[in-house]
Amino acid sequence: MSDTANEESRLTNKVDRRYGALSEALLRSGAGLEAFVLSALALVVAFAIFGVFVAVQGLDPLAVYSALWLGAFGTSFSIENTLTLAAPIILTAFCTLIPARVGMLVIGGEGALALGGVGAVLAGMVLTGLPWWLGVVACCLAGSMFGAAWIMAAGALKHWRGVNETISTLLMNYIAAAILLHLVTGPIRDFDVSIKAQSVPVPELYRLGDIPGWSVHWGLVVGVAVVCALHMLLRHTVTGFSMSVLGGNRRAAQMAGLDIGRLTLLACGLGGAAAGLAGAIEVVAVHGAVSESLLVGFGYTGILVAFLARQNPLAVLLVALVIGGIAAAGGLLQRRFDMPDAATDLLLGIIFICVLASNAFAGRLFRRTA
Amino acid sequence: MKNSMITRRQAIVGGANVITAAAFIAGGGMQALAATSATVGFIYIGPSGDFGWNQAHAVAATTIAEADGVSLVQQERVPETEEVLRVMESMIQLDGVKVIFPTSFGYWPFIQQLAPKYPDVLFVHAGGLWKEGDAPNTIGYRGFMEEPHYLAGIAAGRLTKTGKIGFIGAKPLYFVFNNCNGFTLGARSVRGDTTCQVVITGDWDNPTREADTVNAMADQGIDVIVANVDSPKVAIETAERRGIMSVGYHTDQSSLAPNGFLTGAEWNWGKAQEFVQAWLTGGEYPNLLRGGFAADMVRLSPFGAAVPEAVRAEIEAAKAGFLDGSLTLYEGPLMDNKGNQILAAGEKAENEDAAFKLSVNWLVEGVSGETGL
Repeated sequence: MSDTANEESRLTNKVDRRYGALSEALLRSGAGLEAFVLSALALVVAFAIFGVFVAVQGLDPLAVYSALWLGAFGTSFSIENTLTLAAPIILTAFCTLIPARVGMLVIGGEGALALGGVGAVLAGMVLTGLPWWLGVVACCLAGSMFGAAWIMAAGALKHWRGVNETISTLLMNYIAAAILLHLVTGPIRDFDVSIKAQSVPVPELYRLGDIPGWSVHWGLVVGVAVVCALHMLLRHTVTGFSMSVLGGNRRAAQMAGLDIGRLTLLACGLGGAAAGLAGAIEVVAVHGAVSESLLVGFGYTGILVAFLARQNPLAVLLVALVIGGIAAAGGLLQRRFDMPDAATDLLLGIIFICVLASNAFAGRLFRRTA
Repeated sequence: MKNSMITRRQAIVGGANVITAAAFIAGGGMQALAATSATVGFIYIGPSGDFGWNQAHAVAATTIAEADGVSLVQQERVPETEEVLRVMESMIQLDGVKVIFPTSFGYWPFIQQLAPKYPDVLFVHAGGLWKEGDAPNTIGYRGFMEEPHYLAGIAAGRLTKTGKIGFIGAKPLYFVFNNCNGFTLGARSVRGDTTCQVVITGDWDNPTREADTVNAMADQGIDVIVANVDSPKVAIETAERRGIMSVGYHTDQSSLAPNGFLTGAEWNWGKAQEFVQAWLTGGEYPNLLRGGFAADMVRLSPFGAAVPEAVRAEIEAAKAGFLDGSLTLYEGPLMDNKGNQILAAGEKAENEDAAFKLSVNWLVEGVSGETGL
């Protein structure tokens, strides 16, 4: 079996090399430059629409933009804040991005993140007495595995039972949240903490600290490393190429003899692992324990990031900075302009709609010259 | 290929961003608004117009901002998570806030985490949780709300037709028990056969259960209610609809029930104005302040139309008693509602005896229902 698989890989690899340029153009709806221009335009249009909304409220849009800039990137404190908020959404974006490469729309990042946090705490409870670095790795690994299993379940349902993965992952978010709340209010609750219901803490030893000289935890570095690894996997390996083939044309993938089930599960597993890792890092680097505080929408924001990045792993970094910045600056809009706290949600919503609308122009922006 | 082209382009744009950002940092051009005066920051867990806990603090914020040279920044709906750390630090760094009021009870551990890092900022918390060893630039303050509850209880005792009143509490906590005791003792001081039904809902914010409880109480013939929840709005409106009377909590709720509203127990968080002035002028301030009417920490809402002059006078007299110390809330002989003696005849717990009040885990005679502990 494995010989055949290897043979197939080699063949696919060959196809890749030979028809590289052509397949790239065929496989991605918006090729590189166009994708970037479209996303940038969508952002500009979204900010313009938001500006109109602001002006209607009797506020000066330019002042609001400059407050957004100040809160997001204006001072070193703002930048640290933005990076801290970007760290988890860099990872949760992959929960949508990787399955999208095989043609699936997965929106289960929030659930995978929740269970990732639970996994980290459980690992911390069970695996005591490890050296600190091994403890951290074990917690993160456990979180990733929980997240991977969760999204793979949706992938399996899709592959073998034809269950729509978008609906299943959306609903599974609620199940995951319920599991988390059940665990932290009972079985793994820390009864020494009376102010709110939270789990027993991860051992102090297994915590991830801040990058020296910064108020940003190491999770950001982990996130960037994961982005690079996934970029290599998706863009420069046979597996990544096979995923693109499957995402581009399922029939063609079948004809080429690709193992669709394996690829589907792999994409879901990797995506879930990324979101699960985000949850685990939030626990070992920020909260120290798992509680309802973990469910603040990082998983949902990741969907927006994945769309805005147009499934480009490296673009995720840039987009996460923009979105993290908006989130970091949200409070300033309330404080300086008396805007409702929903203002940033509104801005993010407008961005999302503009990105979706911009898809209508995909493939029409430039005449293909390659 | 196209790929690498994008990467380059992104790199250029990213680089440009970094350069611009660096320029801003270097220039400091976008730093906080020119600090010609002191800025005070308020952080709320919910909407500041909730007719409850948050609004009580928003009222204080307005009072404090009235002082010369004090300006105000506010942020709502900040959860009791690391988010509040970020918001506090952002207020300090970007708005130049010198005194900060994180108003939700559960913000306390985060305040203690941040305060040592900013010794030139005063953190004022509504909770009275400060203890030896906590940061010196933090203050905990909280009013004894059982005193205004006692006064409202007098109104309830005078005006109830059935002799049955109701107390809705959110959590089985000492101050909720104290308030319930005060309300009942006040009512029984003027009508000895009054009974008070207590119901603990389990949540600070559960409007459905609060409304259900008020309806159930009205069905049982209870005709005055008070709700110790985050926002008593729903309970008071439900009572008004059912044609029964209500007592407020946290802030002035008289506008919600023009017919049935009697009076209410209000915080005087505006007391913190003194802390702000002391901090800004280098004066003395307490780290922990608890007290009732005598310490000007609590207030009584304006009387509703249903309260006759004679009853108002009676309540004012009792309030004067709290002010001059001639009226003591917990005075023997005092029994709990299980028949245990709490204070023997001649014994009393002073109104300022915080240790006694913090230890209350019983309900006085006349209360029907359990503490739920």
